[in-house]
Amino acid sequence: MMEKTYLPIIGLEIHVELKTKSKMFCQDSADYFGKPPNTLTCPVCLGMPGALPTPNKKAIEWTILIGQALKCQINRLSKFDRKHYFYPDLPKGYQISQYDQPIAIKGYFNLNGKKIRIKRVHLEEDTAKLIHDGKNTLIDFNRAGVPLVEIVTEPDFNSSDDVKKFLEELQVIIRYLDVSDADMEKGSMRLEPNISIKTKAEELPKYKVEVKNINSFRFVKQAIDFEIKRQTEILKENKIPNQETRGFDEKKGKTYPQRKKEEAHDYRYFPEPDIPPLVFFDEYLKKIEKMMPELPEDKIKKYVEELGLKYQDAYIITRNKNLSAYFEEVYAKYFEKTKKLEEKVKNVGQSLANLIINRKVETNLPVEDFISKAIEILSPKKTDIKAVDRAVEKVILANSKAVADYKSGKINALMFLIGQVMREMKGKAEAKIVGERISLVLGRR
Amino acid sequence: MEIFGKSVIELRQLVKKKKISPREIYEYFQKRIEKYNPKLNAYITKADFEDKNVEGLLVGIPLSFKDNFCTKGIRTTASSKVLYDFVPPYDATVVSKIKQEGAAIIGKTNMDAWAHGSSTETSDFGPTKNPWNLERSPGGSSGGATASVSAYLSPASIGSETAGSIRQPASWSGVIGLKPTYGRVSRYGVIAMGSSLDCPGPITLTVEDAALILKIIAGHDPYDATSSRYPVPDYQTSLKKGGSFTIGITDEYFEGVDEDVKVKIEEAIKIFKRLGHKIKKIKLIPPKYAISVYTIIQRAEVSSNLARYDGIRYGNNRSYLGSEAKRRIMLGTYTLSYGYYDAYYKKAQKVRTLIKEDFSRAFKDVDVIISPTTPMTALKLGEFEKYPFFGEAMDVLNEPAAVAGLPAISIPVGLDSKKLPVGMQIMARSFNEEAILNLAYQFEKETNFFDVIKKGLNNYRD
Repeated sequence: MMEKTYLPIIGLEIHVELKTKSKMFCQDSADYFGKPPNTLTCPVCLGMPGALPTPNKKAIEWTILIGQALKCQINRLSKFDRKHYFYPDLPKGYQISQYDQPIAIKGYFNLNGKKIRIKRVHLEEDTAKLIHDGKNTLIDFNRAGVPLVEIVTEPDFNSSDDVKKFLEELQVIIRYLDVSDADMEKGSMRLEPNISIKTKAEELPKYKVEVKNINSFRFVKQAIDFEIKRQTEILKENKIPNQETRGFDEKKGKTYPQRKKEEAHDYRYFPEPDIPPLVFFDEYLKKIEKMMPELPEDKIKKYVEELGLKYQDAYIITRNKNLSAYFEEVYAKYFEKTKKLEEKVKNVGQSLANLIINRKVETNLPVEDFISKAIEILSPKKTDIKAVDRAVEKVILANSKAVADYKSGKINALMFLIGQVMREMKGKAEAKIVGERISLVLGRR
Repeated sequence: MEIFGKSVIELRQLVKKKKISPREIYEYFQKRIEKYNPKLNAYITKADFEDKNVEGLLVGIPLSFKDNFCTKGIRTTASSKVLYDFVPPYDATVVSKIKQEGAAIIGKTNMDAWAHGSSTETSDFGPTKNPWNLERSPGGSSGGATASVSAYLSPASIGSETAGSIRQPASWSGVIGLKPTYGRVSRYGVIAMGSSLDCPGPITLTVEDAALILKIIAGHDPYDATSSRYPVPDYQTSLKKGGSFTIGITDEYFEGVDEDVKVKIEEAIKIFKRLGHKIKKIKLIPPKYAISVYTIIQRAEVSSNLARYDGIRYGNNRSYLGSEAKRRIMLGTYTLSYGYYDAYYKKAQKVRTLIKEDFSRAFKDVDVIISPTTPMTALKLGEFEKYPFFGEAMDVLNEPAAVAGLPAISIPVGLDSKKLPVGMQIMARSFNEEAILNLAYQFEKETNFFDVIKKGLNNYRD
């Protein structure tokens, strides 16, 4: 009998909280992290009788920007919808979300040559935070109404490694766009993979398992690997895994059942009557597209093709927007500074990258200082040995005490003498060579 | 100083000339409320006088507000026990605009619970009585508001309409009720019923008072994304411009209307002719189709808007909802459920578009359309239980304009054989409140509404 093949099919739902100044539908600050409970609230985000939502323009722009970065089509006509369910963290009894006309659809991301299709990018509001305290549950409405972007991929992943890689890349992009901290620990980026296993190439799986409450990329990988193993075992017994939502236990590294399909909600979506539909004109979309920074993918290409970096090094430097900006500034200014130097460094880009990656020079220095140090390392000064020897003679004669100390074995004395010589040379000498000459002269005596 | 029966503008003049103080006016109405409210049940919450030091168009004027307007520090219940002790921490935009002009809140008026009804009988605070006949309903849902004006327990009131809730009780109570264009007046802070339909509006003794109040409350509100940026004209000036209009009349709006009512409307039409206006017969989609559209959309929005009263925050839980609210929630929930949305809600929206287009077409030929406000005059209390869709039947002639978002006013045009007021409505295209007010004002100058308002007041002269 032929061994069956088991191919994991994985899709992702990613929530990203935008770091706009104010919340999605009211004027309260959206910067809720670490703030005392229920201090960032108003009638709107508390869902008080009569209160109405007014959409945050910036949040809409940023969602469009995310859509554009993921090469999506932007729906020229979009709208908000009400998604109904009862939960204490949802003060209105519905969440304002987007249903059938999300802001962006049909994008893709190039993951090492593999195309990951983006199904949709939509905008909604975050819920309040429930804090379970013994028998009681406390509700903190500071988070209620914070703008939340949901990015949904098609089920285009087949391994947890690809998922992890994609998520890391996505996090970097979001941070480049400067629209969110995308911080997993703070909850400003949240992940929900859905996993199923295909047994025959031509058939799509009849079920889907969604895993919630994962707060690190490592755990996503663990959860997916666990699910692949669990589901494969069930399939090997000729059974079909339950369609369900599962949670993830970090300590055990296992998923556990949370909600079966039969309990699935009917959200009774309908167009939010309090917010007129959104109409985007080409001019407006172009204006937003102009806000798009150069993204890591393009930077890598530029670094490799134009600056001569190795792919791996270009990749490392572009992981952080600030670091790559720093690198680019150093690179540009380095050429200015070294114009007059005779000895040219061969591969400046790669050499500077090496200094950064290997931490030869700290990147928290001002750019000017970094360059000075880089020049010292990359373009050694020419030392006039004869001039050094003349200076050494002069210093030895003038500092008999230090010479005596040196001879009695005091290392500090040598450092002092080197310093004196360097002063004579006005810095135009390599300290290492000066040291050698002093030792040589004094050794002879 | 005689205060009785004075309009807002007249009272304002007295205050301006320092013939009377704001406190004296306030206490005058407080005393009247003490005396008459136990009989009428127009108010469910009374407010206290606050000395204010502001300049404005309404300094010294006490106004009543329907109890679905959030009033900071004053209990706001929407006449439902669910919100029995809810004291809002904020003012509705309309309330703050009125306050900014120096007006004082005299009290909160009774209404159908959550504005679900057309008789004020679904109120958890008991029904309001019609000042014209205590055995009859004042109409609803703004019945407390229209009764408060009709019996002069406030010189004017702010009500709200989803489909008929200003015009119908204004008609039954014999006062003026103006429903502005959807989006003309901010809904912020008005406890939502049908969000795509709700409109706050004034209930007054004179057309000019309605124009003045509309001028104050209209305009874009940054807190209401559906409020319009269309400029606000000076309604008070424009209503006196005169001029002649082409008035549309349509048979569809006279079907099933009481003979008594028809006669009064026909008399009014003669007066308009005499005033030099052109009367033109037009065709419109029969109003009964608006009922279906309205019922589906409003119930769906109600089921969603009432979801927040989940028992976690506002004291009383959902078991305190009345049977009318429960019925509406069930129907709305059903029509929004998976698999039914297209058949009901989406289809209703399509028909809604047709009705809007129908009106747009009609308004190419005419400036305004007139019709009876209601098919019959005030019914006896308790009648509503005989009709499963009582509100829809009473508001049948109000629903098309509501569904299309158009402005309309109801004015008294006489009394029927039962000595009850008859109302006529004037509808216009969106944001053409000026035409409505102008025409109503001309009618008022010509007829003084056949003294209907005056007769109503005189029953409560002390």
